[in-house]
Amino acid sequence: MEQTLAQTLEIRDLHVRVEGKEILKGVTLTVRPGETHALMGPNGSGKSTLSYTLMGHPKYEIVGGEVLLNGESLLALSPDERARRGLFLAMQYPVSVPGVTLYTFLRAAASAMRGYGEAARRSGDQRLHAHLIPAREFRQEVNAEIGKLKMDQAFLNRYLNEGFSGGEKKRAEILQMALLKPRIAILDETDSGLDIDALRIVSEGVNRLQAELGMGLLVITHYQRLLNYIRPEHVHIFYNGRVVHSAGPELVEKLEAQGYDWVQAEFGV
Amino acid sequence: MANDYDDLRQIKDQTQEDFATEIDYAYQTRRGLGEDIVREVSAVKGEPQWMLDFRLKALDTFMKMPMPTWGVDLGLLDFEEFYYFMRSTERKARNWEEVPDAIKDTFERLGIPEAERRFLAGVETQMDSESVYSSLKEEWQRHGIIFVDMDTAVREYPDLVREHISTIVPIGDNKFAALNSAFWSGGSFVYVPKGVDVEIPLQAYFRINAQNLGQFERTIIIADEGSNVHYIEGCTAPQYSTWALHTGVIEILVKKGAHARYTTIQNWSRNVYNLVTQRAVVEEDGSMAWVDGNLGSGITMKYPAVVLRGPRARGEVLSIAFAGDGQHYDAGAKAIHLAPHTTSLITSKSISKGLGRSGFRGMVRVVPGAVGAQSKVACDALLLDPESRSDTYPYIDVSEDEAQIEHEATVSKISEDQLFYLMSRGLSEKEASAMIVNGFLEPFVKELPMEYAVELNRLIALQMEGSVG
Ligand SMILES: Nc1ncnc2c1ncn2[C@@H]1O[C@H](COP(=O)(O)OP(=O)(O)OP(=O)(O)O)[C@@H](O)[C@H]1O
Ligand SMILES: [Mg+2]
Repeated sequence: MEQTLAQTLEIRDLHVRVEGKEILKGVTLTVRPGETHALMGPNGSGKSTLSYTLMGHPKYEIVGGEVLLNGESLLALSPDERARRGLFLAMQYPVSVPGVTLYTFLRAAASAMRGYGEAARRSGDQRLHAHLIPAREFRQEVNAEIGKLKMDQAFLNRYLNEGFSGGEKKRAEILQMALLKPRIAILDETDSGLDIDALRIVSEGVNRLQAELGMGLLVITHYQRLLNYIRPEHVHIFYNGRVVHSAGPELVEKLEAQGYDWVQAEFGV
Repeated sequence: MANDYDDLRQIKDQTQEDFATEIDYAYQTRRGLGEDIVREVSAVKGEPQWMLDFRLKALDTFMKMPMPTWGVDLGLLDFEEFYYFMRSTERKARNWEEVPDAIKDTFERLGIPEAERRFLAGVETQMDSESVYSSLKEEWQRHGIIFVDMDTAVREYPDLVREHISTIVPIGDNKFAALNSAFWSGGSFVYVPKGVDVEIPLQAYFRINAQNLGQFERTIIIADEGSNVHYIEGCTAPQYSTWALHTGVIEILVKKGAHARYTTIQNWSRNVYNLVTQRAVVEEDGSMAWVDGNLGSGITMKYPAVVLRGPRARGEVLSIAFAGDGQHYDAGAKAIHLAPHTTSLITSKSISKGLGRSGFRGMVRVVPGAVGAQSKVACDALLLDPESRSDTYPYIDVSEDEAQIEHEATVSKISEDQLFYLMSRGLSEKEASAMIVNGFLEPFVKELPMEYAVELNRLIALQMEGSVG
């Protein structure tokens, strides 16, 4: 699939309901190519709801607003169509899929993203593996990425996320990101669960990809430690279902020092 | 681990040559059944008197037994409608043009080589790969292994056949076993001598011909003391049959300390009734595993059984069923513990799609005196659509206090969160569902030889699209 290299993600006055309750109450935010945005906010303020909504989880009902990728609305698209347009979400709680090895999954996903299935269908290639990246080629690529993330190759034979520790799941998310090469990536608390070394390794991986791909990043986190590695130009405070304040990186330190109490007073939410 | 097996396939394809058959004349009985037909079949095959007597007795038993009234709906089954014997050359008369497009399309999408397609569709009667087969044949002969079709066995090893036939599945075991005993044709006879380990699985595929795919396959496998054998029947590709009734009987005797495994993947076309009796008797320290995949046919009744007759005998039944629209499986497994410290493990996985329906009967019996018997039954059902259906019927009959029986059953749906996760990585909804289903079946698939495993995964993907003929 042809992809425009750089993508801009634009969220306009987005309102979302979950099980009848309005959780997102008018989110507006723009992420341009190569930019890094940090989204910080208290538990339950709706950050994950926003990330799932952007990726197209069917549970979230959009009651107003718009989400555009390079000017094209995403809202009517299925998650796989959004993925193929360059959107990626590293999830806060990745689910496990028993019986499917990480390797099988990665190969299928990368093949789908790179249009191998499409190509096989078009050319009428009936061979058993025509819809997949050739095994040898993909094996090499995976081994290289897994090496950069300092993960053990044995993970490839394990069932997807099944019995993975919290940190292992997060690393596996970034491995997926490295293979799928998105243009806009949302990292939902990727730092939680990572040990000190892993935090550095994963962050370096993200920075490398951003440099390579000109990727726009929306990083959801509670802590400064991640933002010491992945340096945002824009920091947003998410409170009660929307962005209430945006500033530069200095805002992180203020939040770290003072928490969120002042937000309510200052922005009247 | 995913791995390419295309190369293997190509090699196999190149070595395929037709294999001349001894029987080259056409023969077919009239429609319907009766004593005249039994006599005719036996005469045409040139069988000895004892086999004719066996068949006649079976016909008599069949006539007297009532139709089963449980399990599936057999109300539309009319025995007078079928032909009960047909020589292989008859089937050759069918030509490629008559094969339904849906089946051809499936072959195409599975990447089944041309030569195999014609065979599987019943257009060709032979597909032996002579070079592969004959080198194996020499190897088997050197070790005293007998692996022949049942007709040959009756001719060449009459004493062995006579000694074992219907000792494990009696003629009157059920109405369909009786029918099979009266009209059996095709199937394999396997004898593995004491202490012999057959390293390469014996595949019916190697010596298969139209008759083996016939309606009344009869297979006997004897694993003598301390031997080890794996027998594989069937294949993953759909087999088109105009015969609507398939009634097989498989009898396996696992002697002291021997290990046997019988793997079958059944994918008959949807017009078929598949009513099969599979049973193994396991002696002291022996083990038996039934690995049973059911993808095709319209109506299936099948309950592979292990009779654990000697101390410490072990039995395992691992089965899957994929019931699509219009398919009804009534499957299950039986473990009968007759001796102390016997163990059984029954694992069943069923998938129902659309209006597909699958039922599972897990039966465990422990007789008094079978102290320390252990059995575990686990059945997991996955429903793909709101209207799909799955039922579990446990029958547990334990007359020994010192026995340990576990039974667990789960019914699940494909979870929205799993689908979302996989789709967010670029897989279409169909690809994502197929992946979840393949994962669900993985405990079964990993027991299969690799080429079957790869084909099965692909087939499940096609079945998920609802496009299998
Ligand atoms: N399926 C659901 N049913 C009911 N309420 C839900 C559902 N999903 C989310 N919510 C509610 O929506 C609100 C926002 O949740 P969300 O997970 O988006 O918060 P968050 O900002 O990501 O929090 P955290 O920092 O703890 O990860 C919470 O009150 C949560 O309970
Ligand atoms: Mg969250």
